[in-house]
Amino acid sequence: MSTVIKSSIARKVVMALSGLFLVFFLALHVTINFTSVVSPDLFNTWSHFMGYNGLVQYIMQPILIAGVIVHFVMGIVLEIQNNKARTVKYVKYKGGDNASWVSRNMIVTGLVVLAFLGLHFYDFWVHEMTYKYIESSPEDPTRYYEETVMKFAPMWRTLLYVVSFVLLSLHLWHGFASSFQSMGFNNKYTPVLKKFTQAYAIVVPLVFIFIAVYHHFNPISH
Amino acid sequence: MKIYLKVWRQKDASAKGELVDYTMESVEGDMSFLEMLDILNEDLIAKGEIPVEFDHDCREGICGTCSLQINGRPHGPDRLITACQLHMRSFKDGDTIVIEPFRAKAFPVVKDLIVDRTSFERIQQAGGFISVNTSGQPVDANAIPIEKEFADKAFNAATCIGCGACVAACKNASAMLFTSAKVSQFALLPQGKVEAVERVQNMVRQMDLEGFGNCTNTGACEIECPKGISLENIARMNREYLSASLKG
Repeated sequence: MSTVIKSSIARKVVMALSGLFLVFFLALHVTINFTSVVSPDLFNTWSHFMGYNGLVQYIMQPILIAGVIVHFVMGIVLEIQNNKARTVKYVKYKGGDNASWVSRNMIVTGLVVLAFLGLHFYDFWVHEMTYKYIESSPEDPTRYYEETVMKFAPMWRTLLYVVSFVLLSLHLWHGFASSFQSMGFNNKYTPVLKKFTQAYAIVVPLVFIFIAVYHHFNPISH
Repeated sequence: MKIYLKVWRQKDASAKGELVDYTMESVEGDMSFLEMLDILNEDLIAKGEIPVEFDHDCREGICGTCSLQINGRPHGPDRLITACQLHMRSFKDGDTIVIEPFRAKAFPVVKDLIVDRTSFERIQQAGGFISVNTSGQPVDANAIPIEKEFADKAFNAATCIGCGACVAACKNASAMLFTSAKVSQFALLPQGKVEAVERVQNMVRQMDLEGFGNCTNTGACEIECPKGISLENIARMNREYLSASLKG
């Protein structure tokens, strides 16, 4: 079994599975976030459920964090191995002639998304942990909408989110379809599947961008 | 036409190489790329200099021996051909052409433009063969009907000439296209299924041991392959490997 885990193919499958898990999570995340534009009450209800439900907090959340860590660590491990596979570089290398920029720079887009996750965790996750477990503040099912909208008041944060979502889109553009190839799925359905993954790579980050920009330009007035 | 060459010169495996400039004064468009290098070498020999060493054999695009990185691409700018089938009409008067050896840790430079590709042979030796008896005991393998779809895919995979362009093109110097072609040509046929589990495990293990990089599905290998080997083979090898791992 250890031989299998060390193999290049198994490592790519780990990347693919963790990536697909994170893609599925993004769909859930964007759906809940979008309710903040449609109905503040619905957003508060969902956010409170996610914040205090035992299954979400103690099972799904650790799995999600583990998924991010596995995807990130394995990505770095593979990148280091790949760099070692060509110690002497070409003087002239026209990588753009046979492969897209996105497919050749997954580590770049991935690291930007990872850096964004740091900010995102600081903005929301650390805040939640502090509220619930350090300050032991009481449950307040109505606070989430206002807290979220307030986050997007500064232009710099909104811009950072927008840029990060563009990079996320590029990462998904190659990564989502690539994960199926890594798991051995390449047949007559692949062209249709690729179109779906590319549509997903555009629509989901675009909705995230819309939500951030919407809240920036529609602040809460007291 | 006048062509400016920048050719990688390296005395031996341990020497530090460099690009050396040469000017070719009267290159004909109908010359093959290797004929152009032959003329360069004749000129160098006439001047008492050491000729440029490069690999070549059949010069018909079928042996996979020539291995030149031409202007940043394996086998040059044209698709579905090896360097020996590239003609100088693909270039313009006054062009500068950079010629380098295929670069990969698993393809160490021997001299000038020649690289050691025996890592491919070791992958092949790890499982790229059939050792079961296929000759009439009890049924001759050639008498087993095979669906055309599978026969075509197996033969397409078998057209891989092992030139190494896939490794040279890949940003990770991955050998997945080569290995997957060799796995696929047997995996699709009944004769190859007997040893399918051991074959894919052993060949992938050897590929990893040789120090090739990981496949990140950029598709560069498929674009640069002179035989048009499809990425579908990589997916098939991934399936074969996962299936073999589950079987133990």
